[in-house]
Amino acid sequence: MEKSDKNPYRKIAESFIKAFEDSDEIELDSIEIAIDKLELLLSSITRQIITPTIMPPQIVKPIEVPKVKFEKPKMVWPGKIIEVEIGATRSMGGTRDKTYIIGGEKAPSFYFFEKPEIVMPHKPIFALDIFDMKISLPKAVRMFYGEDVLNDPAEWARIAIEKFNADMITLHLVSTDPNVKNTSPSEAAKIVENVLQAVKVPICVGGSGNPEKDVEVFSKISEIAEGERILINSLNLDMDLKKVLEPIKKYGHVVIDFSPMDLDKARQLNRKVYDYLPKNMIVIDMNCAGIGYGLEYGYTATQRARLAALRGDEELQHPLVAGVSNAWAAREAWLKMDPLWGPKEIRGPIWELLTGLCMLLAGADYFMTVCPTTPSTLKEFVEYIYGEKVFSKEELYNWVSTKIG
Amino acid sequence: MPWKSISPIEIYKLLPRTNCQKCGEENCMAFAAKLVNMETKLDKCTPLLEEPKYKANYEKIWSIIKPAVKEVIIKRGDISLKIGGEYVMYRHDLTYINPPPIALDVDDEMSENEIINRVKFTENFSYTYTGINLKLDMIAIRSVSEDPKKFIKTVKIVMENTKLPIMLCSLKPEIIEAGLSLLKNDRPLIYAATKSNWNEMAKLSKEYKCPLAVFSPGDMDGLLTITKNLIDSGVGDLVLDPGTFVGNGLSTTINSLVAIRWKACEEENPLYGFPTMGVPMTAWFLMDGDKLKKATWEAIAAASLIVNHVSLLVMHSIEGWVLLPITLLRRNIYTDPRKPVSVKPELKVIGNPNEWSPVFVTSNFVLTYYLVSGDIENSKIDSYLLIVDTEGYAVDVATAANKFIPDKFKEVIDESGLEKKVKHRILVIPRKAAKISGDVEDAIKWRVIVGPSDSSEIPAFVKNEWPKILEEWKSENK
Ligand code: SF4
Repeated sequence: MEKSDKNPYRKIAESFIKAFEDSDEIELDSIEIAIDKLELLLSSITRQIITPTIMPPQIVKPIEVPKVKFEKPKMVWPGKIIEVEIGATRSMGGTRDKTYIIGGEKAPSFYFFEKPEIVMPHKPIFALDIFDMKISLPKAVRMFYGEDVLNDPAEWARIAIEKFNADMITLHLVSTDPNVKNTSPSEAAKIVENVLQAVKVPICVGGSGNPEKDVEVFSKISEIAEGERILINSLNLDMDLKKVLEPIKKYGHVVIDFSPMDLDKARQLNRKVYDYLPKNMIVIDMNCAGIGYGLEYGYTATQRARLAALRGDEELQHPLVAGVSNAWAAREAWLKMDPLWGPKEIRGPIWELLTGLCMLLAGADYFMTVCPTTPSTLKEFVEYIYGEKVFSKEELYNWVSTKIG
Repeated sequence: MPWKSISPIEIYKLLPRTNCQKCGEENCMAFAAKLVNMETKLDKCTPLLEEPKYKANYEKIWSIIKPAVKEVIIKRGDISLKIGGEYVMYRHDLTYINPPPIALDVDDEMSENEIINRVKFTENFSYTYTGINLKLDMIAIRSVSEDPKKFIKTVKIVMENTKLPIMLCSLKPEIIEAGLSLLKNDRPLIYAATKSNWNEMAKLSKEYKCPLAVFSPGDMDGLLTITKNLIDSGVGDLVLDPGTFVGNGLSTTINSLVAIRWKACEEENPLYGFPTMGVPMTAWFLMDGDKLKKATWEAIAAASLIVNHVSLLVMHSIEGWVLLPITLLRRNIYTDPRKPVSVKPELKVIGNPNEWSPVFVTSNFVLTYYLVSGDIENSKIDSYLLIVDTEGYAVDVATAANKFIPDKFKEVIDESGLEKKVKHRILVIPRKAAKISGDVEDAIKWRVIVGPSDSSEIPAFVKNEWPKILEEWKSENK
């Protein structure tokens, strides 16, 4: 192909070539028959101009070229992911301005051989993490917020939504851990109330990971947030599920079932939770780890869960969570390294971004991220993927010969 | 049919069954077992490969075990890059085989200095990860001037400055031929056959015995039509490039790669059974914005393609923050998922510890283990490393999920006889596990010290804090 700017007649030539391509007789323009046909159609003057552009240097023997048609892959995905709605508006008994639906997929992530809206009716949700106490965060995250903000979960949440364009926030009540501050369930509930006032989007609330304490904390916040349909992060097999699910059910919240890397445990846990909640109030988390620090395990567990669900495994047909903030457990994300590897203020956010991207491609629906730049970049990616395919195919030939920089 | 496991008996029957051990295995049965597990290669059975009487059997076995995606070799001197050779659509179905090589580009309008810089950067790129050296693999030489003389000059500069394999990029056959004339004994990748030039490119590919890329951006019918014609004209080593559209069109790229691999692996359609390639560097002219943005999108495109079956990548950034996560991600995705996540819980002796040396604690997650033991070994600190069974979870996950439990500490301390090896009773646990310190201390009656959060900080810890900690313990336990 010529560079488009080299020959003003290229456009005319192209339109003719295009016309031929649409007919079934010729496909490959280095073949003589193409030239014959072209000659019939073009005036002698135009021919003079165009022929050199497209005429091959030597005459190639005509070859019968059967056109091969691409056929879409013969994929059958009998399963469908359940749609889960997070948050509740006033008319639904909550106080949120909007709600989000996740799930509904009918094919693996971004397999858009059909229209995107058919196979992936809902876009993924990107949330930013906030914490109920000051914790050690990497500089590349801290630098986006003032130090004061990091002491004030409500303000932190507001900024995450308004300034950094996150869809939701995930509040982690880490201080409730008996070995940290042992914050009481009612104090924790106050923080949740404050955050619910500060933002009008649905929220996700997590505990400390201590199974006994989380049961108490989740019970209390379920009550205080009655009707808000918050997403509770998370339930696992070590918990007293009866004790925690009764209030969750009573006050109408949605849960994340956490079973790191283990599909059997995920099914087992879901079965137990089905005794209390309808399927459309359950999201699952197979765990996520950063690039260079176990990404392959979380990626593959998530992908396996999604594919199993689409192949018909009903106990796994739930939207998936990706705890992308775990990307920072990889030391390459935050360590000051040789300048060759770039400043950590760029390297860190890229680490989280690419970790999130992989989980997006594995099939995750709800993203916990901590770096304020991650949600907007991942959303941009999603927009491109769903967006109208306006791009020039011909222009791409030029990558070979375009000067960069 | 998707990949399914093959019975070793089926293979065994076709082997010479002499148990000659030339393949390095105990006997033919052991070789057959390893072969169906992809743990050895058929060529290792040299009698089968070389003796004419086994020819038919060799071919039979090959037809049973050959990959759905053809393995194509790009070569220069002693360096061979294998691309493709894949069996499965998803890594958990078996494993992915050949990590996609990454080529960095140079062009014939760059100054000699710039070319040398980029080539040296590519060749010297190295990062050690879990005992493996991560590297970049190739140089893609682009003809921007479209002048054969300039191209030749550039190819020469590259050849003089690196041993890495080469990919010659131009859509003009005469330019490719100019480059090939310098690389006669090698197998550079020719980029590319298009709908306009495929016939001449096919000739070059045959004449110089080089693999050939097929480029048909955003046009799968075209890609297949050219591929079919190339096969029919006798060119067998092909690499398919459906075009990398960064930004708008990225889903077309991803879906093309998915479709190609699906057709090859799940539908066993040989027309699609070739390695693929992607060019994330198109971000540099398809995306608007500053260099930071372009490089970020190049990284995004590269990551999207690595998890979606690409067999070879061409990139432009020489930014460490782009290439480090990409090479690590490639390693992660191409790690054999059949390998265990955990290492054995045990006491590891590092250097020559004495009875007052520190005892560090870590989880038995394989990656944690590699990092921590690597750091301590590299800093030459004589010490013990106590690997506690956390069911293969990393320290932070194990702590959050309650998998770092006192009983498991006790088990490995008892089994290893640690109490006889050191006189003190101090364990140094990672900061990320700080919250378990009280529980462990109560349960096993050792002092539990919260150490650094990352093992790279262990040398400083040993220098600045360990002596104090030890003195304190000694004075309390006289
Ligand atoms: S080299 Fe071949 S014949 Fe010899 S033991 Fe191995 S498999 Fe058997």
